[in-house]
Amino acid sequence: MPPIIRIDHLSKQYGSGTRALDDVSLEIQPGEILALLGPNGAGKTTLISIICGLVVPTGGTVRVGGHDIRTDWRAARKLIGLVPQEIALEPFEKVLDTVRFTRGLYGEPPDDAWLEQVLRSLALWDKRDARTRELSGGMKRRVLIAKALSHRPKVLFLDEPTAGVDVHLRREMWQVVRGLRASGVTIILTTHYLEEAEDMADRIGVIDKGRLLLVRPKAELMGEFGRKRLVVELDAPLAALPEGLPEEVAAGLTLEAGGHRLVFDYDARAERTGIGRLLAELNARGIGLRDVATTQSSLEDVFMSLLEQGAEGAQLGGDAA
Amino acid sequence: MNWQSVRAIYHHEMSRFFRTIWQSVASPVLSTVLYFVVFGAAIGGRIQAVEGIPYGAFIVPGLMMLTVLQQSVSNASFGIYFPKFSGTIYEYLVAPTGWIEVALGFVGAAATKAVLIALIILVTSFWFVGVHIAHPVWMLAFLVLTAVGFSLLGFIIGLWAKNFEQLQIIPLMVITPLVFLGGAFYSASMLPEPWNVIARFNPVLHLISGFRWSFFDIADVPVGLSLSAVAAMIAVLLVAIRWIFLTGWRLRE
Repeated sequence: MPPIIRIDHLSKQYGSGTRALDDVSLEIQPGEILALLGPNGAGKTTLISIICGLVVPTGGTVRVGGHDIRTDWRAARKLIGLVPQEIALEPFEKVLDTVRFTRGLYGEPPDDAWLEQVLRSLALWDKRDARTRELSGGMKRRVLIAKALSHRPKVLFLDEPTAGVDVHLRREMWQVVRGLRASGVTIILTTHYLEEAEDMADRIGVIDKGRLLLVRPKAELMGEFGRKRLVVELDAPLAALPEGLPEEVAAGLTLEAGGHRLVFDYDARAERTGIGRLLAELNARGIGLRDVATTQSSLEDVFMSLLEQGAEGAQLGGDAA
Repeated sequence: MNWQSVRAIYHHEMSRFFRTIWQSVASPVLSTVLYFVVFGAAIGGRIQAVEGIPYGAFIVPGLMMLTVLQQSVSNASFGIYFPKFSGTIYEYLVAPTGWIEVALGFVGAAATKAVLIALIILVTSFWFVGVHIAHPVWMLAFLVLTAVGFSLLGFIIGLWAKNFEQLQIIPLMVITPLVFLGGAFYSASMLPEPWNVIARFNPVLHLISGFRWSFFDIADVPVGLSLSAVAAMIAVLLVAIRWIFLTGWRLRE
């Protein structure tokens, strides 16, 4: 299936000399959710802004649905909906009116049945006659999503969709995003909340200092970079780590909780993880175990590890596609 | 051309006007009534007829033009500046909408509001003075062309302005003086040398002169020149707006 978005060698350098994007190439498949992760100023919003037409690139090309965003911009933009990072609404306008306006702006004829469907799916129908200034922050964000969906876009950009919203509302927004994906909309979201990307994304892109460090399916990324941890609760505390342990075990072993807990970091994909050896060594030394558990490192750990590695993980030739 | 988006912007802007209809209409009508009371009745009663026309009637085209210019500039500049201020300008920039559609929507709405208010002032003037319109079609044509021209100027001011102070400075420092010095309350021929010659370089003089001709069949400058001045102004401003949108000046990074 041809990609819905194809980005080739995209660059952006501002007049001040700041290089916001540096030779970014990426393909996004129809119907997927791609999360772009990166610290502040990494280039996430610049990338989205270029695709949507808010920022002019200094190099490279972007095609949306096969349409070049510069030479065939009308066709490209018809396919795109954008939910910006900042809440930007006319305060005195009514919810339904502002959504109708956006649909008209995209050149679409009035279709109140569709707008009703959109507003109902976002739990906004009851607020259709409310002025936007009367709405809560979460409702305003949902109005922005309704506006972005008013012309039935194929691709939806969500720039920090849950920034500054409480946990309850954040989960509510995730539900909305999942619903959109189920309806066939391709979603590209930027986020600071790693939990958000971990929970929703099919693929994750990590961007830093304008460079796309990698793009991988979430599961693959977690498997490749994620390490697992074995936590062993002991019957009796140890004064120090047992001596004479083989290197493969000793390298990842630490003693915690005042000697009551042994923590062993291991690579789940390795041929020999060292778990069996560790447990055998503990048994041989007569160390009693009370409980054993394993944990997977979170996307946050993966993300931090990637940023620390810098460009080490960048193998974009085939990965980005 | 995306007519649907032109209609959406036009309707959106006109809705704002109708949301505040009393403020939009009452303020210019009240100030114009005051002009009629002060200049038409109180002072006008002591002024001789100008070029054979009672002074109260003579100032009607000038007052209408004063209102059209002020309203066109302020409506159009505020119309495009407010989305910049509130952040909603992104919508216009990411939509499949070109510069001509955006300009037509905003300028069309600003010009419509200005013409409506001018016509209300004309109706109001009938209560104070007897006004006969010699060329009603030309009167309407001058009114619409001037409203469009100055709405285009206001649109550019709104695009250029970075704050509310800048939004006000051109109308206050440039437009109002040009109108007052453009013969709104007098004929250019009443000015002494060399001011009557200098006044001819004021573009607003041509607008008011042409507009007054449509009322009384008298003009300070040839009517063809007045029309050419408005047409040239519209053409130059359209080119400027096209340039702003194509380069993204003050709009895109």
